[in-house]
Amino acid sequence: MTDTTTPAAFTKSEMMIVAAARELAGQRVCFVGVGLPNIAVNLAKRTVAPDMELVYEAGVFGARPGRLPLSIGDPTIVTGATAVTSMFELFTFYLQGGLIDVGFLGAAQIDRFGNINTTVIGDYDEPTTRLPGSGGACEIAINARQVFVIMRQSRRSFVDSIDFRTSPGNLGGAENSARIRQEQGWLGRGPSVVVTDLGIYHFDDDGEMRLDSLHPGATLDEARATIGWDLRTAPTLETTPPPTADEIRLIREELDPGGAYTK
Amino acid sequence: MTVSKVASMADAIKDLVRDGDTVAIEGFTHLISFAAGHEIIRQGRRDLTLARLTPDLIYDQMVAAGVARKLIFSWLGNPGVGGLNAIRRRVERAAVAASGEPALELEEYSHHGMVGRYVAGAANLPFYPLRSYFETDLPKANPLIREVASPYGDGVVYAVPPLRPDVTVVHAQRASAAGDTQVWGLLGCQKEAAFAADRVIVVVEEVVSDEVIRADPNRTIIPGLIVDAVVVEPWGAHPSYVQGAYDRDNQFYLDWDPISRDEAATQAWLRDWVHGVAGRAEYVEKLGPERLAMLRPSGSAPSGSVDYGQYA
Repeated sequence: MTDTTTPAAFTKSEMMIVAAARELAGQRVCFVGVGLPNIAVNLAKRTVAPDMELVYEAGVFGARPGRLPLSIGDPTIVTGATAVTSMFELFTFYLQGGLIDVGFLGAAQIDRFGNINTTVIGDYDEPTTRLPGSGGACEIAINARQVFVIMRQSRRSFVDSIDFRTSPGNLGGAENSARIRQEQGWLGRGPSVVVTDLGIYHFDDDGEMRLDSLHPGATLDEARATIGWDLRTAPTLETTPPPTADEIRLIREELDPGGAYTK
Repeated sequence: MTVSKVASMADAIKDLVRDGDTVAIEGFTHLISFAAGHEIIRQGRRDLTLARLTPDLIYDQMVAAGVARKLIFSWLGNPGVGGLNAIRRRVERAAVAASGEPALELEEYSHHGMVGRYVAGAANLPFYPLRSYFETDLPKANPLIREVASPYGDGVVYAVPPLRPDVTVVHAQRASAAGDTQVWGLLGCQKEAAFAADRVIVVVEEVVSDEVIRADPNRTIIPGLIVDAVVVEPWGAHPSYVQGAYDRDNQFYLDWDPISRDEAATQAWLRDWVHGVAGRAEYVEKLGPERLAMLRPSGSAPSGSVDYGQYA
Protein backbone atom coordinates (compact mmCIF):
# COMPACT_ATOMS: atom_id res chain seq x y z
CA MET A 1 0.00 0.00 0.00
CA THR A 2 1.30 3.44 -0.81
CA ASP A 3 0.89 6.02 1.86
CA THR A 4 -0.41 9.24 0.28
CA THR A 5 -0.72 11.29 3.45
CA THR A 6 1.58 14.29 3.83
CA PRO A 7 4.43 13.95 6.30
CA ALA A 8 4.84 16.59 8.97
CA ALA A 9 8.11 17.89 7.58
CA PHE A 10 10.05 17.75 4.34
CA THR A 11 13.01 19.72 3.03
CA LYS A 12 13.06 22.00 -0.01
CA SER A 13 15.38 19.56 -1.73
CA GLU A 14 12.97 16.69 -1.12
CA MET A 15 10.10 18.74 -2.56
CA MET A 16 12.20 19.53 -5.62
CA ILE A 17 13.11 15.88 -6.21
CA VAL A 18 9.50 14.74 -5.74
CA ALA A 19 8.15 17.43 -8.11
CA ALA A 20 10.73 16.48 -10.75
CA ALA A 21 9.94 12.78 -10.42
CA ARG A 22 6.20 13.41 -10.88
CA GLU A 23 6.87 15.31 -14.13
CA LEU A 24 8.18 12.02 -15.56
CA ALA A 25 4.77 10.31 -15.41
CA GLY A 26 3.95 8.73 -18.75
CA GLN A 27 7.47 8.98 -20.16
CA ARG A 28 8.88 5.89 -21.85
CA VAL A 29 12.66 6.33 -22.22
CA CYS A 30 14.68 8.67 -20.00
CA PHE A 31 18.35 9.58 -20.26
CA VAL A 32 19.60 10.03 -16.71
CA GLY A 33 22.07 12.78 -15.81
CA VAL A 34 24.50 12.99 -12.91
CA GLY A 35 23.49 14.44 -9.51
CA LEU A 36 19.90 15.53 -8.77
CA PRO A 37 18.47 14.04 -12.00
CA ASN A 38 19.81 10.67 -10.87
CA ILE A 39 17.70 10.63 -7.68
CA ALA A 40 14.62 12.19 -9.31
CA VAL A 41 14.57 9.60 -12.07
CA ASN A 42 15.14 6.71 -9.66
CA LEU A 43 12.24 8.01 -7.54
CA ALA A 44 9.99 8.23 -10.62
CA LYS A 45 10.87 4.64 -11.50
CA ARG A 46 9.62 3.58 -8.04
CA THR A 47 6.45 5.73 -8.18
CA VAL A 48 4.85 7.37 -11.24
CA ALA A 49 6.81 5.68 -14.02
CA PRO A 50 7.57 2.03 -13.13
CA ASP A 51 7.80 1.00 -16.80
CA MET A 52 10.18 3.81 -17.77
CA GLU A 53 13.44 2.66 -19.33
CA LEU A 54 16.47 4.29 -17.67
CA VAL A 55 19.33 5.03 -20.02
CA TYR A 56 22.75 5.92 -18.61
CA GLU A 57 25.36 7.58 -20.80
CA ALA A 58 27.95 5.14 -19.46
CA GLY A 59 26.31 2.63 -21.82
CA VAL A 60 23.28 1.06 -20.16
CA PHE A 61 19.74 0.69 -21.51
CA GLY A 62 16.97 -0.52 -19.22
CA ALA A 63 18.84 -0.16 -15.92
CA ARG A 64 17.30 -1.53 -12.73
CA PRO A 65 19.54 -0.06 -10.04
CA GLY A 66 19.29 -1.97 -6.77
CA ARG A 67 20.54 1.09 -4.86
CA LEU A 68 20.86 4.77 -5.75
CA PRO A 69 23.83 4.88 -8.15
CA LEU A 70 26.72 6.82 -6.58
CA SER A 71 27.65 8.16 -9.97
CA ILE A 72 26.30 7.61 -13.46
CA GLY A 73 28.79 4.76 -13.87
CA ASP A 74 27.91 2.71 -10.80
CA PRO A 75 28.07 -1.12 -11.08
CA THR A 76 24.47 -1.32 -9.82
CA ILE A 77 23.21 0.09 -13.14
CA VAL A 78 24.73 -2.89 -14.95
CA THR A 79 23.54 -5.86 -12.89
CA GLY A 80 20.05 -6.80 -14.08
CA ALA A 81 19.95 -4.26 -16.96
CA THR A 82 18.39 -5.03 -20.34
CA ALA A 83 21.54 -4.11 -22.28
CA VAL A 84 25.07 -2.87 -21.82
CA THR A 85 26.28 -0.99 -24.89
CA SER A 86 29.50 0.72 -25.82
CA MET A 87 29.35 4.49 -25.38
CA PHE A 88 29.62 4.74 -29.15
CA GLU A 89 26.36 2.79 -29.57
CA LEU A 90 24.70 4.70 -26.75
CA PHE A 91 25.43 8.13 -28.22
CA THR A 92 24.82 7.15 -31.85
CA PHE A 93 22.03 4.54 -32.01
CA TYR A 94 20.11 5.44 -28.87
CA LEU A 95 20.56 9.22 -28.43
CA GLN A 96 21.39 10.63 -31.87
CA GLY A 97 19.12 7.99 -33.41
CA GLY A 98 16.14 9.52 -31.62
CA LEU A 99 15.13 6.89 -29.07
CA ILE A 100 15.31 9.14 -26.00
CA ASP A 101 12.03 10.77 -24.91
CA VAL A 102 13.40 12.83 -22.03
CA GLY A 103 16.90 14.00 -21.27
CA PHE A 104 17.27 15.15 -17.68
CA LEU A 105 19.90 17.81 -17.04
CA GLY A 106 21.28 19.89 -14.21
CA ALA A 107 22.94 23.28 -14.73
CA ALA A 108 25.23 25.82 -13.13
CA GLN A 109 23.59 28.68 -15.03
CA ILE A 110 20.35 28.88 -17.00
CA ASP A 111 18.72 31.79 -18.83
CA ARG A 112 15.04 32.61 -19.43
CA PHE A 113 15.04 30.53 -22.64
CA GLY A 114 16.46 27.44 -20.96
CA ASN A 115 19.95 27.72 -22.46
CA ILE A 116 22.42 26.06 -20.10
CA ASN A 117 25.99 26.67 -18.95
CA THR A 118 27.99 23.91 -17.27
CA THR A 119 31.42 24.96 -18.58
CA VAL A 120 32.88 28.10 -16.94
CA ILE A 121 32.01 31.13 -14.86
CA GLY A 122 33.83 34.12 -16.31
CA ASP A 123 35.99 34.14 -19.41
CA TYR A 124 36.61 30.75 -21.08
CA ASP A 125 40.38 31.13 -21.35
CA GLU A 126 40.89 32.52 -17.86
CA PRO A 127 37.83 31.41 -15.91
CA THR A 128 36.89 32.52 -12.42
CA THR A 129 35.41 29.05 -11.84
CA ARG A 130 36.04 26.03 -13.99
CA LEU A 131 32.95 23.76 -14.13
CA PRO A 132 32.85 20.18 -15.50
CA GLY A 133 31.92 21.03 -19.10
CA SER A 134 29.46 19.31 -21.42
CA GLY A 135 29.86 15.63 -20.79
CA GLY A 136 26.88 14.36 -22.75
CA ALA A 137 24.73 17.42 -22.04
CA CYS A 138 25.10 19.28 -25.33
CA GLU A 139 24.07 16.22 -27.35
CA ILE A 140 21.20 15.44 -24.97
CA ALA A 141 19.92 19.01 -25.41
CA ILE A 142 19.98 18.59 -29.19
CA ASN A 143 18.82 14.99 -29.63
CA ALA A 144 16.49 14.07 -26.75
CA ARG A 145 12.83 14.67 -27.73
CA GLN A 146 12.43 16.96 -24.72
CA VAL A 147 14.65 18.19 -21.92
CA PHE A 148 13.85 18.46 -18.21
CA VAL A 149 16.03 20.58 -15.97
CA ILE A 150 16.38 20.27 -12.19
CA MET A 151 18.39 22.86 -10.22
CA ARG A 152 18.25 25.09 -7.17
CA GLN A 153 17.25 28.70 -7.71
CA SER A 154 19.63 31.57 -7.01
CA ARG A 155 20.71 34.84 -8.59
CA ARG A 156 23.98 33.17 -9.44
CA SER A 157 22.33 30.35 -11.38
CA PHE A 158 19.20 31.95 -12.91
CA VAL A 159 20.89 34.69 -14.89
CA ASP A 160 19.96 37.20 -17.56
CA SER A 161 22.93 36.12 -19.65
CA ILE A 162 24.87 32.87 -19.25
CA ASP A 163 28.69 33.03 -19.43
CA PHE A 164 29.00 30.08 -21.83
CA ARG A 165 26.38 28.17 -23.81
CA THR A 166 27.16 24.49 -23.25
CA SER A 167 23.71 23.14 -24.10
CA PRO A 168 21.20 24.93 -26.31
CA GLY A 169 17.66 25.50 -25.05
CA ASN A 170 15.12 27.74 -26.78
CA LEU A 171 18.04 29.85 -28.07
CA GLY A 172 16.76 33.44 -28.39
CA GLY A 173 13.07 32.50 -28.35
CA ALA A 174 10.66 29.83 -29.53
CA GLU A 175 10.22 30.94 -33.14
CA ASN A 176 13.94 31.27 -33.67
CA SER A 177 14.53 27.96 -31.88
CA ALA A 178 11.93 26.03 -33.88
CA ARG A 179 13.33 27.35 -37.16
CA ILE A 180 16.94 26.55 -36.26
CA ARG A 181 16.08 23.12 -34.86
CA GLN A 182 14.20 22.26 -38.04
CA GLU A 183 16.83 23.66 -40.42
CA GLN A 184 19.60 21.76 -38.68
CA GLY A 185 17.67 18.51 -38.43
CA TRP A 186 17.57 18.28 -34.63
CA LEU A 187 15.20 15.69 -33.24
CA GLY A 188 14.74 17.50 -29.95
CA ARG A 189 12.09 20.12 -29.24
CA GLY A 190 14.17 21.60 -26.44
CA PRO A 191 13.48 22.25 -22.78
CA SER A 192 9.97 21.67 -21.48
CA VAL A 193 10.20 21.70 -17.67
CA VAL A 194 12.44 23.35 -15.08
CA VAL A 195 11.96 22.15 -11.52
CA THR A 196 13.61 24.13 -8.72
CA ASP A 197 13.55 24.13 -4.94
CA LEU A 198 10.84 26.83 -5.14
CA GLY A 199 8.56 25.83 -8.00
CA ILE A 200 7.84 24.31 -11.39
CA TYR A 201 8.37 26.20 -14.64
CA HIS A 202 7.23 25.37 -18.14
CA PHE A 203 7.90 27.35 -21.31
CA ASP A 204 5.50 29.85 -22.87
CA ASP A 205 4.69 29.91 -26.59
CA ASP A 206 7.46 32.45 -27.14
CA GLY A 207 10.00 30.12 -25.51
CA GLU A 208 10.38 31.96 -22.18
CA MET A 209 10.28 30.23 -18.82
CA ARG A 210 7.01 30.66 -16.93
CA LEU A 211 6.39 29.86 -13.26
CA ASP A 212 3.32 27.59 -13.13
CA SER A 213 3.46 26.23 -9.61
CA LEU A 214 4.99 27.28 -6.30
CA HIS A 215 6.01 24.60 -3.82
CA PRO A 216 4.29 24.70 -0.40
CA GLY A 217 6.05 27.26 1.77
CA ALA A 218 7.70 29.09 -1.15
CA THR A 219 6.57 32.62 -1.97
CA LEU A 220 6.42 34.59 -5.16
CA ASP A 221 8.73 37.20 -3.60
CA GLU A 222 11.27 34.49 -2.89
CA ALA A 223 11.04 33.24 -6.48
CA ARG A 224 11.50 36.79 -7.82
CA ALA A 225 14.44 37.46 -5.51
CA THR A 226 16.32 34.40 -6.76
CA ILE A 227 15.94 34.94 -10.48
CA GLY A 228 18.03 37.31 -12.55
CA TRP A 229 15.30 38.54 -14.91
CA ASP A 230 11.75 39.83 -14.69
CA LEU A 231 9.93 36.65 -13.67
CA ARG A 232 6.93 35.62 -15.75
CA THR A 233 4.12 33.80 -13.92
CA ALA A 234 1.10 31.82 -15.11
CA PRO A 235 -2.28 33.64 -14.91
CA THR A 236 -3.34 31.13 -12.27
CA LEU A 237 -0.44 30.13 -10.10
CA GLU A 238 -0.80 26.63 -8.65
CA THR A 239 0.57 25.21 -5.42
CA THR A 240 2.58 22.02 -5.89
CA PRO A 241 0.99 19.13 -3.97
CA PRO A 242 3.35 18.34 -1.05
CA PRO A 243 5.34 15.10 -0.97
CA THR A 244 3.47 12.04 0.23
CA ALA A 245 4.70 9.94 3.12
CA ASP A 246 5.52 7.23 0.60
CA GLU A 247 7.66 9.50 -1.57
CA ILE A 248 9.54 10.77 1.49
CA ARG A 249 10.08 7.24 2.76
CA LEU A 250 11.53 6.15 -0.59
CA ILE A 251 13.94 9.10 -0.63
CA ARG A 252 15.06 8.81 2.99
CA GLU A 253 15.17 5.04 3.38
CA GLU A 254 15.93 3.65 -0.07
CA LEU A 255 17.38 6.27 -2.35
CA ASP A 256 19.42 8.66 -0.25
CA PRO A 257 19.78 7.36 3.31
CA GLY A 258 23.02 9.35 3.67
CA GLY A 259 21.28 12.59 2.70
CA ALA A 260 23.80 13.36 -0.03
CA TYR A 261 21.22 15.04 -2.26
CA THR A 262 18.56 16.08 0.20
CA LYS A 263 20.33 18.02 2.95
CA MET B 1 52.68 -21.07 -29.49
CA THR B 2 51.96 -17.42 -28.79
CA VAL B 3 54.54 -15.29 -27.04
CA SER B 4 53.67 -14.07 -23.55
CA LYS B 5 53.39 -10.29 -23.24
CA VAL B 6 53.14 -10.40 -19.47
CA ALA B 7 55.31 -7.68 -17.94
CA SER B 8 55.65 -5.84 -14.65
CA MET B 9 53.96 -2.44 -14.46
CA ALA B 10 57.37 -0.80 -13.98
CA ASP B 11 58.74 -2.41 -17.16
CA ALA B 12 55.61 -1.76 -19.21
CA ILE B 13 55.62 1.97 -18.35
CA LYS B 14 59.40 2.24 -18.79
CA ASP B 15 59.28 0.62 -22.23
CA LEU B 16 56.06 2.07 -23.62
CA VAL B 17 55.40 5.55 -22.15
CA ARG B 18 57.72 8.38 -23.15
CA ASP B 19 58.02 12.05 -22.21
CA GLY B 20 55.75 14.18 -24.41
CA ASP B 21 53.43 11.29 -25.31
CA THR B 22 49.67 11.51 -25.64
CA VAL B 23 48.40 8.96 -23.12
CA ALA B 24 44.81 7.71 -22.74
CA ILE B 25 44.04 5.85 -19.52
CA GLU B 26 40.43 5.14 -20.42
CA GLY B 27 37.51 3.52 -18.57
CA PHE B 28 34.22 5.33 -17.88
CA THR B 29 34.03 5.36 -14.06
CA HIS B 30 34.68 1.59 -14.37
CA LEU B 31 38.12 -0.04 -14.91
CA ILE B 32 40.32 3.04 -14.54
CA SER B 33 43.97 2.02 -14.28
CA PHE B 34 45.08 4.02 -11.26
CA ALA B 35 47.99 1.57 -11.01
CA ALA B 36 49.37 2.68 -14.38
CA GLY B 37 48.83 6.36 -13.59
CA HIS B 38 50.72 6.02 -10.32
CA GLU B 39 53.62 4.21 -12.01
CA ILE B 40 53.84 7.03 -14.60
CA ILE B 41 54.10 9.48 -11.68
CA ARG B 42 56.78 7.36 -9.95
CA GLN B 43 58.86 7.20 -13.12
CA GLY B 44 58.68 10.99 -13.45
CA ARG B 45 57.32 11.29 -16.99
CA ARG B 46 56.94 14.90 -18.15
CA ASP B 47 54.96 16.97 -20.67
CA LEU B 48 52.31 14.33 -21.27
CA THR B 49 49.05 15.12 -23.01
CA LEU B 50 46.43 13.19 -21.04
CA ALA B 51 43.25 12.14 -22.88
CA ARG B 52 40.12 10.77 -21.17
CA LEU B 53 36.41 11.51 -21.40
CA THR B 54 36.34 12.09 -17.65
CA PRO B 55 39.77 12.97 -16.22
CA ASP B 56 38.56 11.64 -12.84
CA LEU B 57 40.80 11.46 -9.77
CA ILE B 58 43.61 9.75 -11.66
CA TYR B 59 44.32 12.76 -13.89
CA ASP B 60 43.83 15.14 -10.94
CA GLN B 61 46.61 13.19 -9.22
CA MET B 62 48.80 13.07 -12.34
CA VAL B 63 48.39 16.81 -12.95
CA ALA B 64 49.21 17.50 -9.29
CA ALA B 65 52.33 15.34 -9.68
CA GLY B 66 53.51 17.46 -12.61
CA VAL B 67 53.48 14.85 -15.39
CA ALA B 68 51.05 16.65 -17.70
CA ARG B 69 51.08 19.79 -19.81
CA LYS B 70 47.68 19.33 -21.50
CA LEU B 71 44.29 17.63 -21.05
CA ILE B 72 41.92 16.41 -23.77
CA PHE B 73 38.53 15.66 -22.19
CA SER B 74 34.74 16.07 -22.13
CA TRP B 75 33.71 16.14 -18.42
CA LEU B 76 36.01 17.46 -15.74
CA GLY B 77 34.71 16.38 -12.37
CA ASN B 78 34.83 14.06 -9.38
CA PRO B 79 31.78 11.92 -10.29
CA GLY B 80 29.01 12.25 -7.73
CA VAL B 81 31.20 14.44 -5.48
CA GLY B 82 32.27 17.74 -7.07
CA GLY B 83 35.20 19.28 -8.89
CA LEU B 84 38.76 18.20 -9.64
CA ASN B 85 40.59 20.66 -7.46
CA ALA B 86 44.22 20.09 -8.46
CA ILE B 87 43.29 20.59 -12.11
CA ARG B 88 41.17 23.65 -11.26
CA ARG B 89 44.23 25.22 -9.59
CA ARG B 90 46.03 24.95 -12.93
CA VAL B 91 43.09 26.45 -14.86
CA GLU B 92 41.28 29.10 -12.81
CA ARG B 93 42.59 32.64 -13.17
CA ALA B 94 43.26 33.54 -9.53
CA ALA B 95 45.00 30.26 -8.67
CA VAL B 96 47.12 30.26 -11.84
CA ALA B 97 48.21 33.87 -11.20
CA ALA B 98 49.08 33.06 -7.58
CA SER B 99 51.13 29.98 -8.51
CA GLY B 100 53.27 31.65 -11.17
CA GLU B 101 53.09 28.35 -13.10
CA PRO B 102 51.79 28.19 -16.68
CA ALA B 103 48.12 27.23 -17.00
CA LEU B 104 47.29 23.69 -18.03
CA GLU B 105 46.32 23.54 -21.69
CA LEU B 106 42.75 22.27 -22.26
CA GLU B 107 41.20 20.78 -25.39
CA GLU B 108 37.54 20.20 -24.72
CA TYR B 109 34.77 18.20 -26.42
CA SER B 110 31.50 16.51 -25.42
CA HIS B 111 31.30 12.78 -24.60
CA HIS B 112 30.02 11.93 -28.07
CA GLY B 113 32.79 14.05 -29.57
CA MET B 114 35.50 12.26 -27.57
CA VAL B 115 34.09 8.82 -28.41
CA GLY B 116 33.96 9.88 -32.07
CA ARG B 117 37.58 11.03 -31.96
CA TYR B 118 38.69 7.55 -30.86
CA VAL B 119 36.42 5.94 -33.48
CA ALA B 120 37.98 8.06 -36.26
CA GLY B 121 41.45 7.30 -34.90
CA ALA B 122 40.76 3.56 -34.79
CA ALA B 123 39.09 3.50 -38.23
CA ASN B 124 41.78 5.55 -40.00
CA LEU B 125 39.33 8.30 -40.96
CA PRO B 126 40.10 12.03 -41.31
CA PHE B 127 37.19 13.08 -39.09
CA TYR B 128 34.05 11.90 -37.31
CA PRO B 129 30.70 13.61 -38.03
CA LEU B 130 28.08 14.22 -35.34
CA ARG B 131 24.95 16.25 -34.64
CA SER B 132 26.29 17.94 -31.53
CA TYR B 133 27.67 21.48 -30.94
CA PHE B 134 25.00 23.38 -32.92
CA GLU B 135 24.26 26.74 -31.29
CA THR B 136 26.76 26.13 -28.49
CA ASP B 137 29.97 27.99 -27.58
CA LEU B 138 32.05 24.80 -27.78
CA PRO B 139 33.31 25.34 -31.37
CA LYS B 140 34.48 28.83 -30.29
CA ALA B 141 36.29 27.37 -27.27
CA ASN B 142 37.85 24.61 -29.38
CA PRO B 143 38.49 25.54 -33.04
CA LEU B 144 39.16 21.87 -33.87
CA ILE B 145 35.38 21.36 -33.73
CA ARG B 146 34.35 22.37 -37.24
CA GLU B 147 31.26 22.42 -39.44
CA VAL B 148 31.16 20.09 -42.40
CA ALA B 149 28.57 19.99 -45.20
CA SER B 150 27.06 16.68 -46.21
CA PRO B 151 28.43 15.64 -49.64
CA TYR B 152 24.86 14.57 -50.43
CA GLY B 153 23.48 18.08 -50.00
CA ASP B 154 21.30 17.36 -46.98
CA GLY B 155 22.65 19.73 -44.42
CA VAL B 156 25.55 20.48 -42.17
CA VAL B 157 26.93 18.58 -39.19
CA TYR B 158 29.96 19.06 -36.97
CA ALA B 159 33.25 17.20 -37.29
CA VAL B 160 35.88 16.27 -34.74
CA PRO B 161 39.41 15.15 -35.65
CA PRO B 162 40.76 11.62 -35.06
CA LEU B 163 42.52 10.98 -31.76
CA ARG B 164 45.41 8.55 -31.97
CA PRO B 165 47.05 8.24 -28.55
CA ASP B 166 50.68 7.19 -28.43
CA VAL B 167 49.66 4.88 -25.60
CA THR B 168 46.28 3.64 -24.38
CA VAL B 169 46.01 1.87 -21.02
CA VAL B 170 42.99 -0.34 -20.41
CA HIS B 171 42.13 -2.15 -17.19
CA ALA B 172 40.08 -5.36 -17.59
CA GLN B 173 38.82 -8.36 -15.65
CA ARG B 174 41.02 -10.79 -17.54
CA ALA B 175 43.27 -11.43 -20.51
CA SER B 176 45.37 -14.22 -21.89
CA ALA B 177 49.15 -13.90 -21.73
CA ALA B 178 49.01 -12.95 -25.40
CA GLY B 179 46.77 -9.97 -24.56
CA ASP B 180 43.35 -11.16 -25.71
CA THR B 181 41.22 -9.12 -23.34
CA GLN B 182 37.73 -9.74 -21.94
CA VAL B 183 35.55 -7.21 -20.17
CA TRP B 184 32.07 -7.24 -18.67
CA GLY B 185 30.13 -4.39 -17.16
CA LEU B 186 30.44 -0.86 -18.53
CA LEU B 187 32.52 -0.87 -21.70
CA GLY B 188 33.04 2.90 -21.95
CA CYS B 189 35.20 3.42 -25.01
CA GLN B 190 38.03 1.08 -23.99
CA LYS B 191 37.85 -0.78 -27.28
CA GLU B 192 37.85 2.36 -29.43
CA ALA B 193 40.71 3.95 -27.45
CA ALA B 194 42.80 0.77 -27.71
CA PHE B 195 42.32 0.36 -31.47
CA ALA B 196 43.12 4.07 -31.97
CA ALA B 197 46.45 3.86 -30.12
CA ASP B 198 49.97 3.22 -31.34
CA ARG B 199 50.83 1.19 -28.21
CA VAL B 200 48.46 -0.63 -25.84
CA ILE B 201 48.96 -1.70 -22.23
CA VAL B 202 46.33 -4.02 -20.78
CA VAL B 203 46.18 -4.27 -16.98
CA VAL B 204 44.13 -7.18 -15.60
CA GLU B 205 42.86 -8.65 -12.39
CA GLU B 206 43.97 -12.08 -13.63
CA VAL B 207 45.65 -13.82 -16.53
CA VAL B 208 43.66 -16.74 -17.91
CA SER B 209 44.41 -19.50 -20.37
CA ASP B 210 43.70 -19.22 -24.05
CA GLU B 211 40.93 -21.83 -23.56
CA VAL B 212 39.02 -19.54 -21.19
CA ILE B 213 39.10 -16.75 -23.79
CA ARG B 214 38.06 -19.05 -26.63
CA ALA B 215 35.17 -20.48 -24.63
CA ASP B 216 33.46 -17.06 -24.76
CA PRO B 217 34.69 -15.08 -27.79
CA ASN B 218 31.77 -12.60 -27.65
CA ARG B 219 33.28 -11.17 -24.48
CA THR B 220 36.65 -10.32 -26.06
CA ILE B 221 36.88 -6.57 -26.74
CA ILE B 222 40.59 -6.29 -27.56
CA PRO B 223 42.66 -8.92 -29.41
CA GLY B 224 46.26 -9.58 -28.42
CA LEU B 225 47.15 -8.51 -31.94
CA ILE B 226 47.15 -4.85 -30.86
CA VAL B 227 48.45 -5.33 -27.29
CA ASP B 228 52.06 -4.59 -26.34
CA ALA B 229 52.05 -5.54 -22.66
CA VAL B 230 49.83 -7.43 -20.22
CA VAL B 231 50.26 -6.38 -16.60
CA VAL B 232 48.70 -8.45 -13.84
CA GLU B 233 47.70 -6.07 -11.09
CA PRO B 234 44.84 -7.17 -8.80
CA TRP B 235 43.03 -4.12 -7.35
CA GLY B 236 44.81 -2.06 -10.00
CA ALA B 237 41.68 0.01 -10.65
CA HIS B 238 41.13 1.06 -7.01
CA PRO B 239 39.53 3.48 -6.03
CA SER B 240 37.48 2.96 -9.21
CA TYR B 241 35.92 -0.46 -9.59
CA VAL B 242 35.86 -3.74 -11.48
CA GLN B 243 32.41 -5.22 -12.15
CA GLY B 244 31.98 -8.43 -10.19
CA ALA B 245 35.31 -8.06 -8.33
CA TYR B 246 35.17 -4.88 -6.25
CA ASP B 247 33.03 -1.76 -5.89
CA ARG B 248 34.03 1.87 -6.25
CA ASP B 249 35.68 3.05 -3.04
CA ASN B 250 33.29 5.97 -2.67
CA GLN B 251 34.84 7.01 0.62
CA PHE B 252 38.08 7.68 -1.23
CA TYR B 253 36.27 9.79 -3.85
CA LEU B 254 34.76 11.80 -0.97
CA ASP B 255 38.09 12.03 0.90
CA TRP B 256 39.90 13.25 -2.22
CA ASP B 257 37.81 16.44 -2.23
CA PRO B 258 39.31 18.03 0.92
CA ILE B 259 42.77 16.56 0.19
CA SER B 260 42.85 18.00 -3.31
CA ARG B 261 41.63 21.43 -2.18
CA ASP B 262 44.93 21.88 -0.36
CA GLU B 263 48.16 21.76 -2.37
CA ALA B 264 50.28 20.65 0.60
CA ALA B 265 47.81 17.88 1.50
CA THR B 266 47.75 16.76 -2.13
CA GLN B 267 51.55 16.52 -2.28
CA ALA B 268 51.62 14.70 1.07
CA TRP B 269 49.09 12.18 -0.27
CA LEU B 270 51.23 11.61 -3.38
CA ARG B 271 54.29 11.07 -1.16
CA ASP B 272 52.46 8.51 1.00
CA TRP B 273 50.44 6.59 -1.55
CA VAL B 274 52.39 6.92 -4.81
CA HIS B 275 56.09 7.71 -4.21
CA GLY B 276 55.99 5.96 -0.84
CA VAL B 277 55.08 2.56 -2.25
CA ALA B 278 57.05 0.44 -4.70
CA GLY B 279 53.99 -0.55 -6.70
CA ARG B 280 50.37 -1.63 -6.57
CA ALA B 281 50.99 -4.70 -4.38
CA GLU B 282 52.37 -2.46 -1.64
CA TYR B 283 49.53 0.03 -2.12
CA VAL B 284 46.99 -2.78 -1.68
CA GLU B 285 48.79 -3.96 1.45
CA LYS B 286 48.70 -0.41 2.79
CA LEU B 287 44.95 -0.21 2.17
CA GLY B 288 44.54 -3.21 4.44
CA PRO B 289 42.22 -6.21 4.40
CA GLU B 290 39.31 -4.47 6.13
CA ARG B 291 39.07 -1.73 3.52
CA LEU B 292 39.26 -4.28 0.73
CA ALA B 293 36.63 -6.54 2.30
CA MET B 294 34.15 -3.62 2.40
CA LEU B 295 34.50 -3.21 -1.35
CA ARG B 296 33.54 -6.73 -2.32
CA PRO B 297 30.10 -7.08 -3.98
CA SER B 298 27.30 -7.80 -1.50
CA GLY B 299 26.37 -10.93 -3.44
CA SER B 300 26.81 -12.89 -6.61
CA ALA B 301 25.03 -12.31 -9.95
CA PRO B 302 26.42 -14.82 -12.45
CA SER B 303 25.62 -14.55 -16.14
CA GLY B 304 23.69 -17.33 -17.75
CA SER B 305 25.77 -19.40 -20.08
CA VAL B 306 25.17 -19.93 -23.79
CA ASP B 307 26.07 -22.82 -26.03
CA TYR B 308 28.19 -21.78 -29.02
CA GLY B 309 27.98 -25.32 -30.48
CA GLN B 310 30.68 -27.44 -32.05
CA TYR B 311 31.03 -27.30 -35.87
CA ALA B 312 33.98 -29.61 -36.43
